[in-house]
Amino acid sequence: MASNEDILLKEVTGAEYKYGFTTNIKSDKAPLGLSEDIIRFISAKKNEPEWLLEYRLESYKIWLKMDEPEWAHVKYPKPDFQDIYYYSAPQPKKKLDSLDEVDPELLEMYKKLGISIDEQKRLTGVAVDIVMDSVSVATTFKKKLGELGIIFCSFSEAVQEHPELVRKYLGTVVPKGDNFYAALNSAVFTDGSFAYIPKGVRCPMELSTYFRINEAQTGQFERTLVVADQGSYVSYLEGCTAPSRDENQLHAAVVELIALDDAEIKYSTVQNWYPGNAEGVGGVFNFVTKRGLCQTNSKISWTQVETGSAVTWKYPSCILKGDNSIGEFYSVAVTNNYQQADTGTKMIHIGKNTKSTIISKGISAGQSQNSYRGLVKINKSAKNARNFSQCDSLLMSDRCGAHTFPYIEVGNSTAKVEHEATTSKIGEDQIFYCLQRGISEEKAISLIVNGYCKDVLNKLPMEFAVEAQKLLAISLEGSVG
Amino acid sequence: MLSVKNLHASVDGKEILKGLTLEVKPGEVHAIMGPNGSGKSTLAAVLAGNEDFEVTEGSVTFLGKDLLEMNPDERSHAGVFLAFQYPVEIPGVSNINFLKAAINERREAHGQDPISAKEFLQMVKERSKLVELDNKLTGRSVNEGFSGGEKKRNEIFQMAMLEPKLGILDETDSGLDIDALRIVANGVNKLRAADRSFVVVTHYQRLLDYIIPDFVHVLFDGRIVKTGGKELALKLEEQGYDWIKQENVPA
Repeated sequence: MASNEDILLKEVTGAEYKYGFTTNIKSDKAPLGLSEDIIRFISAKKNEPEWLLEYRLESYKIWLKMDEPEWAHVKYPKPDFQDIYYYSAPQPKKKLDSLDEVDPELLEMYKKLGISIDEQKRLTGVAVDIVMDSVSVATTFKKKLGELGIIFCSFSEAVQEHPELVRKYLGTVVPKGDNFYAALNSAVFTDGSFAYIPKGVRCPMELSTYFRINEAQTGQFERTLVVADQGSYVSYLEGCTAPSRDENQLHAAVVELIALDDAEIKYSTVQNWYPGNAEGVGGVFNFVTKRGLCQTNSKISWTQVETGSAVTWKYPSCILKGDNSIGEFYSVAVTNNYQQADTGTKMIHIGKNTKSTIISKGISAGQSQNSYRGLVKINKSAKNARNFSQCDSLLMSDRCGAHTFPYIEVGNSTAKVEHEATTSKIGEDQIFYCLQRGISEEKAISLIVNGYCKDVLNKLPMEFAVEAQKLLAISLEGSVG
Repeated sequence: MLSVKNLHASVDGKEILKGLTLEVKPGEVHAIMGPNGSGKSTLAAVLAGNEDFEVTEGSVTFLGKDLLEMNPDERSHAGVFLAFQYPVEIPGVSNINFLKAAINERREAHGQDPISAKEFLQMVKERSKLVELDNKLTGRSVNEGFSGGEKKRNEIFQMAMLEPKLGILDETDSGLDIDALRIVANGVNKLRAADRSFVVVTHYQRLLDYIIPDFVHVLFDGRIVKTGGKELALKLEEQGYDWIKQENVPA
């Protein structure tokens, strides 16, 4: 008789990627490869001002001198950067003012994903800025936001409409030469989202972006910039799914958050890029740089549910520059089959009385490798800084790996830093208990895993939490019966 | 209702049950007693379908169906309930959500619609009273941070919610003080019905002061070696299991 564990394993590895389909939309591509000419092509295509082209070219020069990082606990074939298309845009039929004008095929795709924009608009009051490949094709609720002075648009649009804001803040949190992938992104980013919340304004709805990679061999280089001016508040949702592909796809995004004095930014992500098939073939390489800067009395909270990608390399971080500022990081990372994730956060305490909280929940299944890597750094100037970190790992099989790399650097003796870590294996006794009560194995795993992640899921906005729970279930679901 | 014939079962290649036969009719309460290591908990686990145990011989029929062919969750849907000796903790999953999932999966298996929130909450309110379970506990994570007594009461509460045809109590009395024992036993007594049977596995007689059994069986070395009424339990209490052992020394 097969042991419970083997059945579990099979089940967990048996789940096919549900969103593995592609849609047929004509694309407008740059020639293959990367060079100064390609960067000029992208910049011209997007009708960018001279300073932005210069920014890109400088970044490119820095990038050329950098080496791909090797320190992460992941293994993958190094991408051939000359074998990537750096620009591809779905062909818009005309300028879009409303959803009715969006490509029906696109809308159909979103329906398949269960994220019908119509429904979202009606039911949840979420303004959705869809990024399909590299160009935004629909922006909703813009008017309503406009009345409050809130800017929420695609990055390219912001470059055209609000160049002064973009120029003022771009690269201030993640500099051009920050790291290999950030430098690459700074050279070739095609689009992304931009949000600006004016002084004292509380954004009345969750700002939401759905990302999707569609064109085979199209690297996607998103650039996101969120600026919360003094005393403002915004909750920003980012979620993504990608279709099934055999070639590895590179995704190297940069997200910069700026919380000015007394401002608060809540940034939530559900990441579900294609993880590769059960044999570990294909899947997205997700090398993301996310960082926020906190000024006095401000707060930045990162919440992420990471279930996708073949390789994830991602550390949403907070620079707690201002006194009394607060940084939070809540993360659930699921790896299955041959997925590899090296994720965590950096909390850099500079201001006095700064506080940070880190809750990380890793779930490893199949033969995957799941690492938490975090840095808590208390600078000399950070009097009375506080940090609490909790890193838990849940193992679903005996062939997967969970690793924790916590780094703590304390430069001020008044600091209080706490770190807790646990590793546990999903209990056969828990599953049997559920089965005895009539709960199927699939549902039991979903219940147990969701229970384990509750502290993080609770931090997500309501409608996103429901979606994230479904995603966790899908990621670990099998073909029972 | 339940017919166990010549049941042999082993764990890690070691035979624990060695030809157990037991017949339970609707509405009856059967107590299974016996010394440590005689196979009492193994019987409970095998009936519930725990895969750590391998059935090597014999048959189990439940309501006319071959129980051994069914998965643990199918057995549950058919009406088998096991009150665990060591109830399992499931952090982050509320008792309420857990029970709702259990009830709805059962209803789905029987082609019924999910239970309405109103009906469900009403049920929780009523049934938690049976075992004097604090309302706060129903909202907490399954068994997490519960005292020993609360865990056992929670098992009986779950049984009340799931309305089984056959309730198997695996040493439910172990670790209970006298007040908790009375509460748990009262809960079980209130659930006794003409179409519901119980198999009560216990090491001590005292539980049977409260749950009066129709039959008492003595399990020894993997087989039922003696069957009687309630008085048999009293005799065991008085004289221990030695006389049983002597009577059953292999010839």
